[in-house]
Amino acid sequence: MIDSEQVRYVARLARLRLSDEEVDRMTGELGSILDHIEKISALDLEGVEPTSHVVELENVLRPDEPHESLPRDVALAEAPDANETGFRVPSPGA
Amino acid sequence: MSSEVTELTAADAAGRVRGGELSAAELFAAWRERAAGDSLNAYLWLADEAPGEIAAEGPLGGVPLAVKDLFCTEGIPSAAGSRILEGYRPPYTATVVERLTQAGAPTLGKTNMDEFAMGSSNENSGFGPVKNPWDESRVPGGSSGGSAAAVAAGLAPWAIGTDTGGSIRQPAALCGIVGLKPTYGACSRYGMIAFASSLDQAGPLTRDVTDCALLFGQMIGRDPRDSTSLAFPEELTLPTAERLDGLRFGVPPELSGEGIEPGVREVFDQTLARIEELGGQVVDVALPHSNEGISAYYLIAPAEASANLARFDGVRYGARAGDGDLLSMYEETREQGFGDEVKRRILIGTYALSSGYYDALYGRALRVRTKIAQDFRAAFERVDLIVTPTSPTVAFGLGERTDDPLAMYLSDFCTVPMPLAGIPAISIPGGMSEGLPVGVQLAGPAFSEGRILDAAFALETAIGFDGSAARDA
Repeated sequence: MIDSEQVRYVARLARLRLSDEEVDRMTGELGSILDHIEKISALDLEGVEPTSHVVELENVLRPDEPHESLPRDVALAEAPDANETGFRVPSPGA
Repeated sequence: MSSEVTELTAADAAGRVRGGELSAAELFAAWRERAAGDSLNAYLWLADEAPGEIAAEGPLGGVPLAVKDLFCTEGIPSAAGSRILEGYRPPYTATVVERLTQAGAPTLGKTNMDEFAMGSSNENSGFGPVKNPWDESRVPGGSSGGSAAAVAAGLAPWAIGTDTGGSIRQPAALCGIVGLKPTYGACSRYGMIAFASSLDQAGPLTRDVTDCALLFGQMIGRDPRDSTSLAFPEELTLPTAERLDGLRFGVPPELSGEGIEPGVREVFDQTLARIEELGGQVVDVALPHSNEGISAYYLIAPAEASANLARFDGVRYGARAGDGDLLSMYEETREQGFGDEVKRRILIGTYALSSGYYDALYGRALRVRTKIAQDFRAAFERVDLIVTPTSPTVAFGLGERTDDPLAMYLSDFCTVPMPLAGIPAISIPGGMSEGLPVGVQLAGPAFSEGRILDAAFALETAIGFDGSAARDA
């Protein structure tokens, strides 16, 4: 039910580059997984509320007060490419 | 000396250190030596030496801890089993690890796992699979397979892992140890590299139920840095129960009948007989939507994962690939950094959330989740605990299921309903089948860990499982 064009489209949305061989293999694998998963379409779920979260919590807030955060040099230390002030990336239009 | 102290359970060792009979530094060195002999690929990183200060006077008595690679540990490699984070040393430590260190459990090493906790066999690790100490041609289970194998093989006194759809309980079962998935919110998720945020929970993997209760008692509590964490509503004490009088155990046919291999069913039936011998009552209880658990889980977890894993793009940490523009840098980094299973789940999740499929797939899965939670609520009006096999099979062979991802997913059907409902469940060894351990699962309502641990303790004592063969190997 999922074809290779859809796999390519979804991969693009997810910023995943797939080789032609991977697209073929994933199309087959995702097809059988989705065939199974789509059995839930047969259930009568009329009027059932969705659960996105199991804990009944509402508006967990903290006081709006300044507090310490990671120093900039520490936050930048693990970046593949950074200067003193920020993360460096290739140009979007290169 | 070293072989002697590493034979002790963690609780016994903690008692000796606190009583002044054993030094925490010696204990650490003894375990360090054991762990250095790891031939199972259970560890990804091992401490060079004991930390300068060990809080040996704390309740955990200086007993060292194996930590799943999913937990961020400051200055220590934390890659979540993924090549995309190879060599990453986080600038902070996960709350759970911080709490355990302060309570007297210094970090001994980081354990191998399925990449980003996606898997049931540990074969999806970016750093090679882990072997099962009972039979090295078999998987240890996953995703916390390194933690489970390390404890079972006596390479660690105890360990922590994380469970999203069974990732603590199933490897505990396949390795013949105890593993607890707590109530959602019981333990802070701060510093856990996120897989599926509405399901992920940290929990202990230990040699016995007492060690499990001791470790769990120091992991819990509200954390201002995780707004979904909650204060544990009751005081936890170490389990002492000898009998199960007055407790009603529900057996759901949906999770204990079809699909369970005969050897596992046999151990399960023996366990039910033991429950009755100890005074517990065994009754049938229906969980009619649990068969849809796999479908709901394999939509919800990948959907959340596809969003959580968007952060791995070569900008802030980890690997970067590509020499073209920004978009090709993102795509090549993710192409090279992620393994097949992670790509598969990102694709499923992105598909389920994409326009045109959102209502039909993701939206319906959330409604099935409601039904599953309602089933459990109704069941717990009739019974105190639910008992099922943890895994439908014993440990399977390395490579046996890697070509069929759907078959691998389907094998999780006993463990996925509980996290969907947010409730706690433990796996304890019930016995052996074909020379391999079989796990039995006990689940209870939210925050019933005290009841679960008590019942598990009574059962454990009656079963008398002997895991020493895996430690001697």
